[in-house]
Amino acid sequence: MSHTHPADEPSVITGMDLRVRALRTVLEQKGYIDPAALDVLIETYESKIGPRNGARVVARAWVDAVFRRWLLEDGTAAIASLGYAGRQGEQIVALENTASLHNLVVCTLCSCYPWPVLGLPPTWYKSAAYRARAVKDPRGVLADFGVTLPDETQIRVWDSTAEVRYLVIPRRPPGTADLPEEQLAALVTRDSMIGTGFPKTPDSDP
Amino acid sequence: MNYQSRADLGGQAVNARVVPEAEGDLFHAAWERQALALTLAMGATGVWNIDMSRSARETLPGYRSLTYYEIWIHALERLLMEHRLVGADELAAGRMLGKARSGLRVLRAVDVPATLATGAPTQRPPTVPPRFAIGEPVRTRATPVAHHTRLPEYARGKTGRIDQIRGVHVFADAHAHGLGEQPQWLYTVVFSARELWGNDAAAGHSVSIDAWEPYLESQR
Repeated sequence: MSHTHPADEPSVITGMDLRVRALRTVLEQKGYIDPAALDVLIETYESKIGPRNGARVVARAWVDAVFRRWLLEDGTAAIASLGYAGRQGEQIVALENTASLHNLVVCTLCSCYPWPVLGLPPTWYKSAAYRARAVKDPRGVLADFGVTLPDETQIRVWDSTAEVRYLVIPRRPPGTADLPEEQLAALVTRDSMIGTGFPKTPDSDP
Repeated sequence: MNYQSRADLGGQAVNARVVPEAEGDLFHAAWERQALALTLAMGATGVWNIDMSRSARETLPGYRSLTYYEIWIHALERLLMEHRLVGADELAAGRMLGKARSGLRVLRAVDVPATLATGAPTQRPPTVPPRFAIGEPVRTRATPVAHHTRLPEYARGKTGRIDQIRGVHVFADAHAHGLGEQPQWLYTVVFSARELWGNDAAAGHSVSIDAWEPYLESQR
């Protein structure tokens, strides 16, 4: 899959463009980097490792009770069985949302995030606002996403302060009993796997 | 030792809204892609470790006014200079002026998939049993420390309970400062929001952190 991002290409060269270009030139001339490796790294996180991976994990858990149990007991192994493992996801713990408990994941100290299943974190996940407020005012943060939970729902915020990475397993939406796994995966949003959203429903807008 | 992290944001008074973003919006300028790739490629040389990277970022004087990938670039330049791989004169000139350091483990394109798939696991075999048991009440270290740490300020000197035992892991506090791995038991410790934020907090709200054993003392 190839991507073009015309909107990203600067019409004026900024200070950061020049700074990063200078840095890259020095590193190349010194022989510290393989330019082709840079392309592969970017390509990997733009088109191979992203939240569709996590969505497949969630959909499998929704349709396969044995997998779900394994996922909750040993997230790393269950997720690796689908081919997702490695950098910034060496140890992954799955957190299941229920009718009475909602899980929300944050990294208040930097931007720790389960890369093998969700890819690179969105800008808001890395923002001061999210990192400051998620632990203290999770309902206020959820409101920014248009998400409201019943008053009686317990909220557990997981601050990723070490190398354990957390993946939220959202509740399966109603009206999806007949959907096959691939269509279920298409309903699973990135935000629902962080805890700031819900999966789409079959009748929501495409 | 004078050490100040500017990245410890949990519970700070930040009034800004959180702005949602579409799933595909990964980069907002072409140079951000390069920032990601350069940081990962240089990290793969193994000259420094991820805890040193985090330490270099969180102590940047301009941390709070920089964007995420600006932080990455500033910290990468800093690490390159501290480890004498690159000189400030070279960064200013935008070209090599002095000799390159030899013997670096350069990440080749062909090795990228395997390198990413392996990652850098931090779990180590235990040599002693865990000091704390699931369900046990513990109190976190109350005092600030003058080095890199992963105990957030909002969770200092608080009483919680051991929720999970996560195995023995490389101790970030030591590893960030070149003091070796010094692996320690790691626990998920859960606190009521009222313990952290006072009695105005909602009853059904709890927060957990992952805490290495040296951060904790028993409350039994």
